[in-house]
Amino acid sequence: MDHKRYFFEKFGITERLLERCLGEALSAGGDYSDLYFESVASTSLGLDESIVKSASQGVSAGCGIRVVSGERTGYAYTDDLSADRLLRAARTAALIASGPAQQPVHAFTETSSPSLYPAPAADLDTDLSARLDLITRADHAARRYDQRVTQVRSSYADELRRILIAASDGTFASDAQPLARMSVFVVAKDGDRIARGSSGGGGRVEIGYFTGAKGPEFFAAEAARTAILQLAAVPAPAGEMEVVLGPGWPGVLLHEAVGHGLEADFNRKKTSAFAGLIGRQVASSKVTVVDNGRMALRRGSLNVDDEGSSTQETILIEGGILKGYLSDKLSARLMGIPSTGNGRRESYQQIPMPRMTNTYMLPGEDSPEDILRSVKRGLYAVNFGGGSVDITSGKFVFSASEAYLIEDGKVTAPVRDATLIGNGPEALKHVSMVGNDLALDEGIGTCGKEGQSVPVAVGMPTVKLDRMTVGGTR
Amino acid sequence: MAETSIDLRDLASGLVAQSLQAGASDAEVTIREGDEFSTSVRLGEVETLKQSGSRGVGLRVLLRADNGYRVASTSSSDLAPDGIERLIRGAIALAHIASVDPFAGLAEPGEFGQISGDLRLCHDDVYSLPTEERIAWARRAEAAAMAADPRLVNSDGAGFDAATGRRIFANSRGFLGEYRSSYCSIAASPIARDVSGEMQRDYWWSQARAFRDLESPESVGQEAARRTLRLLGARRVATQQAPIVFAPEVARGIVGAIFDAAAGDAIYRGASIFAGKLGETVAAPSVTVIDDGTIPGGFGTSPFDAEGLPSRRTVIVEHGVLRSYILNTYAARKLGMKSTANAGRGLAGNPFLDSGNLFLEAGAPSAEEILHGVDRGLYVTRLMGQGVNLVTGDYSRGAAGLWIENGEFAFPVQEITIAGNLKDMLRNISAIGSDLKFRSATAAPTLRIDGMTVAGE
Repeated sequence: MDHKRYFFEKFGITERLLERCLGEALSAGGDYSDLYFESVASTSLGLDESIVKSASQGVSAGCGIRVVSGERTGYAYTDDLSADRLLRAARTAALIASGPAQQPVHAFTETSSPSLYPAPAADLDTDLSARLDLITRADHAARRYDQRVTQVRSSYADELRRILIAASDGTFASDAQPLARMSVFVVAKDGDRIARGSSGGGGRVEIGYFTGAKGPEFFAAEAARTAILQLAAVPAPAGEMEVVLGPGWPGVLLHEAVGHGLEADFNRKKTSAFAGLIGRQVASSKVTVVDNGRMALRRGSLNVDDEGSSTQETILIEGGILKGYLSDKLSARLMGIPSTGNGRRESYQQIPMPRMTNTYMLPGEDSPEDILRSVKRGLYAVNFGGGSVDITSGKFVFSASEAYLIEDGKVTAPVRDATLIGNGPEALKHVSMVGNDLALDEGIGTCGKEGQSVPVAVGMPTVKLDRMTVGGTR
Repeated sequence: MAETSIDLRDLASGLVAQSLQAGASDAEVTIREGDEFSTSVRLGEVETLKQSGSRGVGLRVLLRADNGYRVASTSSSDLAPDGIERLIRGAIALAHIASVDPFAGLAEPGEFGQISGDLRLCHDDVYSLPTEERIAWARRAEAAAMAADPRLVNSDGAGFDAATGRRIFANSRGFLGEYRSSYCSIAASPIARDVSGEMQRDYWWSQARAFRDLESPESVGQEAARRTLRLLGARRVATQQAPIVFAPEVARGIVGAIFDAAAGDAIYRGASIFAGKLGETVAAPSVTVIDDGTIPGGFGTSPFDAEGLPSRRTVIVEHGVLRSYILNTYAARKLGMKSTANAGRGLAGNPFLDSGNLFLEAGAPSAEEILHGVDRGLYVTRLMGQGVNLVTGDYSRGAAGLWIENGEFAFPVQEITIAGNLKDMLRNISAIGSDLKFRSATAAPTLRIDGMTVAGE
């Protein structure tokens, strides 16, 4: 798709100006320069106590200019897209190098890219009533679910991000990336017991997505069901035990346990617990993990990454063996490895770095029922709040928001919130069964790294880990 | 300092007036402008150098109805006249689809105001160092860390950052205020490796509003090294109940949870362990928690909050008794109370609740005395994950630190969790250290909490 015209027409950008800025950026001797233009329009509506309490829209536009000189990066950005300001930002970024210009700006070649998500039909500020309808229906559905539901908040947020990337190596790419998400938060009360539940979903989709099976009624029922369930939850167990993770969002385990540790920047610097483990066994032979930026409509998908590179499916772990890293241009060049199209950034104000897209484990052959039946005493965790990792020590956590005890092969009482902890390079070695029921999450994931947030997806089939530490109280 | 081609104060008051002309019953305008500089070095070499400025404007309009207001907001990075025009049209159109909220509306006329006098929030000296010197500061911090011990073999880098910002707020009740703030920081994050190949990383930092108040790069680097080295050789411990001593940098999280539990929006929703508990004992008698937005030079200080109310000091918990919720105008109306001037806001959206300088008052014993009093327990220096459910109080987080035997550090621990319920944890605070120091806007001394579960092997 040709999204460059948007920037050319709206901001008066020309190919000549792009070349001048890139040349100015290399004027002090940098090896490489790139420009990242971004224009974002966002809308957010929130229903609380059954009335529309919040409605907001925002627009922002800017350009980030990067100059790379060896391992050094100079960066400057501006929210004023006039030629003067762009050239001045280019000169600021250029200061990372010192000397005469050495590299030319190559002629632009447009990156060929797929169409993984709908291109914008019109400006976003159409059809607010359809969005209102969604959050109103969610509110009704959650309250109808059970009389013990006392508070409901529902929200709908979407944005359209347009980007244009031009680089001195001739890279030229543009894209328009929709992103929508609906969320429902419920509080339930029964006597003096109180609990919360939340649910949500979306992706690189437009509002029509929510008129399908994954609509407001689905998410509302999920949030209400979780809250009601938690009213009867017992204290979570404490200590090492067998853990079964359900399909979908529990794939956050992979994101934390291995995903971050395989981002190339950490491995180039040898600050990751996975550094130097390529070709080594880091998981049980049943485990194959991929990162795939090329899935239709998924929250982590990208037609091109934020450096204008093509995205792809990258095998991280195959049959338990560590196969590769997720790279951006800088780490690919410095490490002499292929670029996997994983250079991403939160906005034009940020320097890109290797990030995940949609990360998931391929399905195995076990049935979920067999997996649960095989557990004597353990935890069955089907939903999580989020997680984090220390990539150097390899220790990671993720917090269960819906989990049950497993006793003699049967799923029994729901347990209260508990954090699970493990060691990235070791945890997946304890995977003894992999289900045939791969699912990706509903489209709610946001990943943070060095202060930058980007949308991602995770996925997993039902998986059994022979041991993992559960952070309960008894 | 940021360069300004249009007078932003005029822009703010003009935008309020234009919004009223366009049909708004009330309007609030926020303008933010800022500059940032950051540099990072790694293994002695410059890694990044970033330098830029940006600004943005946010408008919130209110349309009066029979029994309340409809409210909506818009934001933009485009401050040119046609961008401003779109901002106003968009906000008013959006407000028409919002519901009438009987509790919405600006604060009462007598409530607006700001603290007079110099709050010492902005110091131009944060930009006084030339770029080469800033890089040198980061290098010195990293070098000091790496030189501390031969096991410090790698580095996640060190950095020097500086920023200045300006915030302007105007509303249709005649409030117009602005303040500038500055900030600089230095940080180092070394990596240690032992003979087994195991790696540990920790970091330390210093931040200040004035460059002259920044700690030396050497002291930051040495402290980062000490923190990293003490985790080497960490192992797990058996699952058990044990007293837990929270180091100040992790005890801050407990103070943050107290603030969140006292936040008025969670209270009126009944979604907090503190709902309906005003005047009741919620913590040990030694616990006093204060939010104070008025401390000169403080990281959480401002002359007025995001609704134009003068910042103030609020005692949240006094000797264990819950004394006040944390409120902005909306939450206060919902609860039939007065705002505690804790409104925060982004460029778009409704005001939320934000802390000023938030702290738990220091006690008498030193951190060493507290540690010496523990026969067998855990000293936590690092926590992982969110892990606090404020609706139920359930608390469960990943942890690392040092195991205590007979009042002395025995060995480092990691890959364990600590869990309990915040309601019990606050009552079971059995020692509060004398070591309260503001390294950022939220501060806590060393805390000992009994009765929690450590989960490990």
